[in-house]
This record gives sequence, C-alpha cells and structure tokens, in this order.
Amino acid sequence: MKNQLLSINDLTLEDVIGILDTATALEQITNGPTKKLPTLRGRTVVNLFFEDSTRTRISFETAAKRLSADVINFSAKGSSVSKGESLKDTAQTLQAMGADAVVIRHGASGAAQRLADSGWINATVINAGDGTHEHPTQALLDAYTIAKSFPEHSRDFTSLKIAIVGDILHSRVARSNVLLLSKLGAKVTLIAPPTLLPVGVEKWPVTISYDLDAELESFDVVMMLRIQLERMNNFYFPSEREYARRYGLNEARLRCMKKTSIVMHPGPMNRGLEISAASADSSRSVIIDQVGNGVVTRMAVLYLLLGGASLSEVLS
Amino acid sequence: MTFTLQNVALPNGERTNIVITENSISSIGKNVAGEIVDCTDLLVLPGLVDLHTHLREPGKEDSETVLSGSQSAVIGGFTAVSAMANTSPVADTAGVVEQVFRLGKEAGLCAVYPVGAVTVGLAGERLAELGAMADSAAHVRVFSDDGKCVSDPLVMRRALEYVKSFGGVIAQHAQDPRLTEHAQMNEGEVSSRLGLSGWPAVAEEAIIARDILLADHVKSRLHICHLTTKGGVELVRWAKSQGINVSAEVTPHHLLLTDDLVESYDPVYKVNPPLRTSQDVMALRAGLADGTIDIVATDHAPHPAEEKECEWSAASFGMLGLETALSVVAKTMVNEGLMNWEDVARVMSINPARIGGYARQGQEIALGAPANLTVIHPTQQWSVNKEKLASKSRNTPFHGQTLPVKVAHTIYEGVIVVKDGELTGNKYE
Repeated sequence: MKNQLLSINDLTLEDVIGILDTATALEQITNGPTKKLPTLRGRTVVNLFFEDSTRTRISFETAAKRLSADVINFSAKGSSVSKGESLKDTAQTLQAMGADAVVIRHGASGAAQRLADSGWINATVINAGDGTHEHPTQALLDAYTIAKSFPEHSRDFTSLKIAIVGDILHSRVARSNVLLLSKLGAKVTLIAPPTLLPVGVEKWPVTISYDLDAELESFDVVMMLRIQLERMNNFYFPSEREYARRYGLNEARLRCMKKTSIVMHPGPMNRGLEISAASADSSRSVIIDQVGNGVVTRMAVLYLLLGGASLSEVLS
Repeated sequence: MTFTLQNVALPNGERTNIVITENSISSIGKNVAGEIVDCTDLLVLPGLVDLHTHLREPGKEDSETVLSGSQSAVIGGFTAVSAMANTSPVADTAGVVEQVFRLGKEAGLCAVYPVGAVTVGLAGERLAELGAMADSAAHVRVFSDDGKCVSDPLVMRRALEYVKSFGGVIAQHAQDPRLTEHAQMNEGEVSSRLGLSGWPAVAEEAIIARDILLADHVKSRLHICHLTTKGGVELVRWAKSQGINVSAEVTPHHLLLTDDLVESYDPVYKVNPPLRTSQDVMALRAGLADGTIDIVATDHAPHPAEEKECEWSAASFGMLGLETALSVVAKTMVNEGLMNWEDVARVMSINPARIGGYARQGQEIALGAPANLTVIHPTQQWSVNKEKLASKSRNTPFHGQTLPVKVAHTIYEGVIVVKDGELTGNKYE
C-alpha cells in the first residue's frame, strides 16, 4: 500500500480488501468495552480543513482519537490567506510542527495531490475531499456499508447492480465510488440529467442513464447524491420541483425497488429534493449506518497508513 | 562593424559566406571581410519574429521586464517580439505603447513592437484610441485584448472596420466568456476524471467562426491568436478557401503537449487556451505544415513562483516560450518530416513580420537585407534547465527535457547580441 491516500487509484484491490478487513476487525474491537486502542499513541494527525465539513472532520477526529493519536484541527477557512501560498505555507508550518499525517479537505480539485507531490511536507497525506475530484474515504465507507448489507458478497460485488443518482458532474463522492465499486466488480449505473454528467463520462467504466424509473427495480443499491441549490443558477435544471419529480427518490419509487435493496446518501441530505423524508427514514435506508461506518473505515485507513502496532498484538 | 559568417548553411541547405557591414548584409558568396565567425556546422535563418509575447512591463516587473524579456528573446533566436497589451496599466493609450517601445530601444537587443489594446482597459466595452497608438512613435499596427476575448460582436465588428484606415489587424483571443466561466482545462475525458471545470473546444471555435464571418463582411484583416483545436483549424482552412483575409497562429506548446499532463495537477501545465488532446495536436501540426496556420508565436507568459506554487485552480495561466520555441518547432515539425528549414523561416520569421508589418524583420537572406539573423546548430541537442533561463520567471513546461537545435548566434541590426548561446553584452544603439 502506498503511504498516502489521494485517490482510489492509489489502492490495489488487495489494498481495498485489506482496508475492509481491518475496518471489520476494528469495529469488533471498538464494539467491546474499551473503545480506544493505543496503536497510534504519540502520533500526530492534523485535520487541515480549507472547506467547512463538520461531519467529515468529526469522523476523522473520532477515528484518530480512538487510535490514541494526538489530533490537531486546523481550519484554514475564513483566514485572510485564501490562495495558493497559504497551502504551501500551511504545509510547511505543519511540517515544522511534526505532523505524521495530514487529512486535507480543500475546495480545489487536486489540492491533496499537490500537497503530497510538492515536496513541501513529509507527512502522510489523506484526501478528505478535493474540489469536485475525489473523496476516497467516503467511497471506502460506502463500500464497507454495502459489504455489511450484502454479507454473501462482502468482498466481491460482481453480482451487485448499483445506481448513483444526481449531480455526478460536481460530485467527488461519485468519482471515488465509480472507481472503487467497479474495482470491486460492481455494475455501476450513473443516473442524472445530461447537464449534470461530465463531458467525457462515456469513457468511465459505467452505464449511463437519464431515466431514474427505467430500471429502478433492478438495483441492489441506490445511492442518492446531494443537489446544491446554486446549480439552478447555471441552468443545470429548471427548478427544484422539476428535479425532485424526475430524479428524486420518493415513496412511489422506493416501492418499485427490490425488497433486498438499500438506499444510501453521503449527507447532508436535502429532504424533499433528491430524497423524500420517507425514503431517507425507511427500513431500506442505511444512511445512518454510513456515518458509523465512516469512523471505523477511517480508523482502518489511518491505522494502515501510519503503520501502528500490529492488530493481532492489540487483539491479544 | 564588419564580420563574416563563414561557410554557413542557408535555409535551403546551400553553404555560403555572409558578410555583414553595419546593419545590413553587404555580401553573400565567396567574399569574406572583417572578423570571421566559423559557421561550418551551423545554419542561418532570418531572425525569428514573435507576434505574441508578454513582457509584463509596466506593472509586473517581478515576472519579466522589457529588458529580461529581450534577453530571453535573443537567447531563443528572436530578433523581434510583440509586447502584448495586458500590462498594468494596460497598453491602451499612445503613452503606454510609446513607453514600452522606448524601453525596447533602450534594451537594444531586439525589436520590441508594442501591441495596442482593442478596448479600454481590455474591458471589451469601448474602443481604445487605436488611431492614436497607430500614429504614435510606436507605430502600432497589431491590436489585441489578448488574455481576454473581444466577445461583444458589435465591438469586434467596429474594431475590424476601424483599423482598415491605417492597415491594422485585430488579433483575437478566441474564448467565449460564458462558455468558459471558471474553466480550468480542456473539457473532455481527462477533465471528467480530474474534476476540473471544462474549457470546451466550441468556446474557441464559436468565436473563430463568428470573427471570420465578420472579417469577411467588413473586408478587414483578422488574426486568430493561439489556435488549439482541430475544429479551429478546419474553420480557418475554410475561410482561406473563401479568400477571407484571416491569419492564424499556433504556440509551440500546443504543438507538443496534451491535456493528460494535467493529471499531475502541476500548474506549470495550466495555460490559456488550455492544452488539448493528441488529435488536436496532430491537426495543428498538419495545419501548420500545409499553410492553414501561418505562424508559430510563443505566447511567452512569465509568472513569479508563487503564482504556480499552489493548487491548480489558484494558479495563473501561462507558460514561458521564447527560449524553447525553435527547439519545440524543430522537434514537432522538422524532425517529424513535416517541414524543412525554409518552412521554419516562413512560419517563425517571414510570415509573422508580414502580418505585423515589421519592415526590417523577416526578410529573405539577400544582399542589402537588414542584418537580423539567427544562426543555429541544427543537430545539437540541449537539456532545458529552468534555473538557467534568461527570463526572470521559471514557468517552463519543458524543464528537464532534452530538445533538438541550439541557437548559436543572434544578430540584431548587425550587432552580435548572442554568441555561442550566451549574451555578449553588446547592444544596438
């Protein structure tokens, strides 16, 4: 495994399975009486967030603390330095403070790779979302959630049909999931209005559809993406109402889905827009599970990248 | 001063002696006179002419000055450059273009022809005083809002019409602003994966098509800056077949580099217009070879380190070009068998001088012609080292690459300003 996680492309299938297995083991441990493991004691993990994302930051913070790492939260948003120099200067500051890992969230696509490749910093870099590029730990937690929901296919998704629905164009979650789920063998369909699919998407390892209803009954997983309301200003779709009607997961559509299927959403949701409250709260929804799974998956990533004390030692 | 380029190859391959006296060629043939410069392994071209250069002065002297840009130009074999108008203040008045012209004279290394802005402040709203710039000491004939597109069709029409009265040309930066809002790179398969906002080919081609029709309608002269797409080449080819008075340029980097380089997210590859696909590169090479594209121009765009040492979207657009242009043209066109040295002389000297109306530049090498010459080592390779460039900036995308063809000597108005690849310290007074 590489010593950084910038893109799902950094991971081999063996790496992915290793992460899922480690997350499974860590979940068993943390479900026990002591939630906290000593494996990363003395290590420093910096959460470097140039964009607000309370959920992702808390998830990483919880994961690092459960492994006994020291956690520093560095929110660069709102400070006067908003441009490139701040990335370099901030990186060098963190380097001087002895960060072992930097978890970076940034509004610019490629910012995590830039941080890792620039020579500004020696720490392990973990991408916690870069612009509209990737969000690899979200995809890993989604895969972990799917694996738990379909235990008979937990490390091989070949027989699973997965729909990702919504704003593919601007979604880092979609990009990472397409790479990861297809690596695990799943058949992925992207469903969106043509305006919200990137030019060039036909080269991706996916099927494209403009019609949510066409094959809805065939999917094992339906993953809804958040729609940002400001997209309307750029004519991506005419109105919220029309979007919800054509691409929202409402109760009628939920009834069409397979009995065994699950509904996912990376959050935060726009209830009533891309997903109805009934769908979000239904028994098929694993949206809350995703949040919990995020912590153990990120623990696994930190654990494997920072090479803490061996798990078998911890377990004994 | 008198000296002789002895046994030098002309662009057609014939070997001869060229005697230079004062600022012109006083003999071609067997005669020798004055100092002898042995050119046994060398080839002479008419001095290279760049129609598209950013010298950054006034206003951004930390990235380049007229002097450092002139040094960079002559190291790259150029005896004339055209200083783009997007300085600070913008070169939209006679005062600013005369200042740049005077700085070029003071540097004395090559001819510096200021380009005037088409519109006040490059804002695209009101015509700048084109006539005043034409009548000034700088004698401006090329007008461009380069960096910005003259997107309003009425403003473009009027500009094309107006410059007819003094034989001017409008050099358009073809980029529909609405179709390229927040655009970061070529829109296609690579941008879809990298999550960078796409810059569609159609945003360039739609403006080219419109301006070709406008130029035809008002019977004026249009120059298309830095063509980058296969479709753009087709449009210019069609326009020329209709007899429309349009010329076009391509940059060296668009002849070689493609958008997959952006996968590194290294902003050294961030440029406007963006790097396109290998299909586009092949169409540009074919268009240059068959004369659809008239010239190679560098779009030399210096930036200080901090404007490139950052994340992609925060970085400035632009690449250095003067010191690598000839080598990249040699690599992509000559070494590929698409052009010979006479063709290189045509696209890098004769044609750009003709389009710009630069009388003492781009002349055939002949008795009595101005002594603006570039002597090159056609078989010598060199390794690009960004730290050793004459430019003040370091943003070359070719750092570390081995390229063919070294510039040996550059002669500006009879003065050897570069000898054996180094600045001599001499200048034309």
